[in-house]
Amino acid sequence: MLIPRTHPFQALFDLQRSLDSRRSSDWLQGSTAARGSFPPINIFQRGDDYVAIVELPGVDKSGLDIQAKGNYIRLSGEIAPNYPENVSAHRRERVFGSFDRTISVPVQIDPDGIKAEYRDGVLALFIPRAEEDKPRKVQLN
Amino acid sequence: MPSKQELHVQEKQEVAEGQETTVPARYYVPQTDIFEAEDALTVVMEVPGVTKDTMTVDLENDQLRIEGRIDFSSYEGMEPVYTEYNVGHYQRTFSISNKIDRDKISADLADGVLTLVLPKAEEMKPHKIKVN
Repeated sequence: MLIPRTHPFQALFDLQRSLDSRRSSDWLQGSTAARGSFPPINIFQRGDDYVAIVELPGVDKSGLDIQAKGNYIRLSGEIAPNYPENVSAHRRERVFGSFDRTISVPVQIDPDGIKAEYRDGVLALFIPRAEEDKPRKVQLN
Repeated sequence: MPSKQELHVQEKQEVAEGQETTVPARYYVPQTDIFEAEDALTVVMEVPGVTKDTMTVDLENDQLRIEGRIDFSSYEGMEPVYTEYNVGHYQRTFSISNKIDRDKISADLADGVLTLVLPKAEEMKPHKIKVN
């Protein structure tokens, strides 16, 4: 039996496949500041605009700093443990520390129009494309 | 100063299944810290994207099973152009060796971090033995 396309697991599988296919694509043009550092970032196109999604579970929200200038976006902050003292650790897998990451996107963006949303440990940056950078339809006379 | 150290990317690990699942989607192993205090065991797990409604915690036969589902419908209409990580549901099972007071287990989910407090049963708490 064929799984209907609307099957939720099929939809997730399709999403996972499409994420894999864009794994470290050259869209960011390999700029050194953009790679191999924390936190990992996924960038999507939605219509003319872009959305960057970053998983930052347990980040200190008041210390989360997002700056945008030109086509640079800088993200810095800290993930700190709030564990009691006098406990014995059985397993320690989470990582704590500070991060500072800058990405430069290869399109003209509107830095003043960027909106950020943090929900359930996931940061979403809505990055509007600059008006002059949007493709225009050319009319045939 | 451990709090000032620079963070490095930890690649998400897929759940290694003993048997194949009937569905093709991948599950990931949440990064977990477990620590023990005198009166309780605390399990802290990173499950970004999971909400209270989609988080399930079961304790059966000393097996603590956690499953968190992400809502990926928000990805609809979005075309990935550059990706560094993948998304999926989370799943992990632990064997709990200590006697746990099952009625007093508490779970809290905030900012993608699940904190489970498993209080030890009264008879399992450490007793100081007096030397005469």
